[in-house]
Amino acid sequence: MSPKSQGRVIIEARNIVKRYYIGQPNELEILHGIDIQVRKGEFVAVVGASGSGKSTLMNIIGALDKPTEGDYRLDGTDVVKAHDRELSEIRNRKIGFVFQTYNLISRTTAIKNVELPMLYAGIHRSERIRRAKELLKMVGMEDRMNHRSDELSGGQKQRIAIARAVANNPAIILADEPTGALDTKTGRLIMDIFHKLNREQGKTIILITHSPELAEETQRILTISDGLIIGERRGSGYAAV
Amino acid sequence: MLLFENIMLAFGSLRANKTRSVLTMLGIIIGIASVITIMTIGNAITMSVNDSFSGLGAANIDVRVSQRSSRRETSESGFVFNRGPGRNNMKTEDYITQEMIISLLEEFGDRIMGVSLTCSVGNGKVKHLSDYANVSVTGYNNFGLKQADLTMLSGRKFTSEDQGDAKKVCIVSDYLVGNMFEGDNEEVLGQQITCLIDNKFYHYTVIGVYEQNKNEPYNANEHYDTSTNMYLPLQTAVDQTHSKNRYSEFTVVGSASNDVTALLADVKAFFNDKYYRNNENYYVTTSSLASILSELDSMLSTVSLAISLIAGISLLVGGIGVMNIMLVSVTERTKEIGTRKALGATNGSIRTQFIMESITLCLIGGIIGIILGIVIGNIISKAMGYSVSAPVAAIIIALLFSMTIGVFFGYYPANKAAKMNPIDALRYE
Repeated sequence: MSPKSQGRVIIEARNIVKRYYIGQPNELEILHGIDIQVRKGEFVAVVGASGSGKSTLMNIIGALDKPTEGDYRLDGTDVVKAHDRELSEIRNRKIGFVFQTYNLISRTTAIKNVELPMLYAGIHRSERIRRAKELLKMVGMEDRMNHRSDELSGGQKQRIAIARAVANNPAIILADEPTGALDTKTGRLIMDIFHKLNREQGKTIILITHSPELAEETQRILTISDGLIIGERRGSGYAAV
Repeated sequence: MLLFENIMLAFGSLRANKTRSVLTMLGIIIGIASVITIMTIGNAITMSVNDSFSGLGAANIDVRVSQRSSRRETSESGFVFNRGPGRNNMKTEDYITQEMIISLLEEFGDRIMGVSLTCSVGNGKVKHLSDYANVSVTGYNNFGLKQADLTMLSGRKFTSEDQGDAKKVCIVSDYLVGNMFEGDNEEVLGQQITCLIDNKFYHYTVIGVYEQNKNEPYNANEHYDTSTNMYLPLQTAVDQTHSKNRYSEFTVVGSASNDVTALLADVKAFFNDKYYRNNENYYVTTSSLASILSELDSMLSTVSLAISLIAGISLLVGGIGVMNIMLVSVTERTKEIGTRKALGATNGSIRTQFIMESITLCLIGGIIGIILGIVIGNIISKAMGYSVSAPVAAIIIALLFSMTIGVFFGYYPANKAAKMNPIDALRYE
């Protein structure tokens, strides 16, 4: 799927403002009015220095937080007006999170971790296990599925985390510095999985990263600074290995 | 999310922290075990009391003329007050007469096995040559003597002729024979003994020797002073004391199939309605071991309930321990909670997860406690000589109670977890 033929807008945020400590003397505005549009199947990188507000933006896009002002529609759902329960469902069905610190549930096996989003989606046990095995196979971790998370290396953990992120077949993958804690070689492996998911399954991926090289692999690069998007350009693309 | 999934989840996280889980359970285990143990031992004690009482003849009803404890009087000013018990001695008309007893038997004949009548003559000394022995002299009717359940070593009991003619015959203990007749139970039969009662000498012919109950304690050093019972025919005793067949107390024995409690009330009503209605000073009371026993039973169960409540306090302490650990666990797993929320867990499912963990903890503790309580209770009650099982009600209550503790003390930490902001929770290190 080439960028040209990409489909409808799946993430549409307008004039997003986020303030903390509202009404208090230390009131703080982190985002000053951000507009962002992501189409289905796009691979977008968000770059910016720490403190630029990119994490806050990611939390809002990931439906973990609500903007103070502005509109945000995710796959047709008005996130601003959604209640806690609806936000949980959005996170469960439409978004897959991949964290820098993997965030696997400790002392729990790989397969149980992958099953977790399906558990919250109410999918039956046998179906959960079947799909979890399939996903673990996709990330090349099927032989480690009964290992507990503390018995795995960083790269292995992140692969489990990716399998977990796509368990409910979400439209969007939100990856926050997914290679930040990994060596270059392992990081490469993780990035290849993301590209594969993007190309073969048409997943929309939003990648937050510090690394200019990794950002360069994506289709579009958004630069955020001091709570505003200050630059937007095409990436130079990714050559499949 | 399904209940089963939650239970599995709870088991998983409890297994992940084995030592901590066991230590937390300990409070619940000790609490439940002590409640069950106390209830079991309480049952054993009740059983042992019942046993020893039924040996004493729970079917006996003691009928007694009692002083009215107080009388209501109205003073001239209209003030109602209770006057204390009168100090009057019993007058002739206050006693139960033989006629009354006969009429009682006519009224309740089919429900009464017999009436045990006794007449105490007093304490006396039996002299024979230079030896003497202390005796307590009492006249018995034949039914009363049967109830006394004497084991005869020689001779016979009273015949109806002995009773009717008020013959001066007596039955003495082997103890007395041992002291005064070199223990020859046959030799003593037919001998006349002299007894000093109230400074008067009486002569009786020995017709039987009974075995003194070996269990009755007596002091070996002063065994010469030991007093044993000497039995006379009732009429002999009545004549001797000039009591003219008036009784201040006697015993009714209900027939085997009879409800003692009902008979108790009926006998009391019979006397008080018929004979004592207009008696200002005296009335008839009835009592039986059966009624005392049921009172004692309820008292015992109250006591064991009270002790169980005290033991229950340790459950409260255990519950607070559970809450404490759950709070620690929630804080420790902040990041996990954040991750779960990011993966789509609702506040409700997080809350359920932690409450289930707390319930599982308490329930496992409760089950171990119940087993431990049954084992300890059985060991102790076996040592007491009774094999009883723990009361089923106590087991069910213990289970429900430990579950309640789980919900109650688990709710606050679980709610804290549920209400966490996912972003803060994810950022928590």
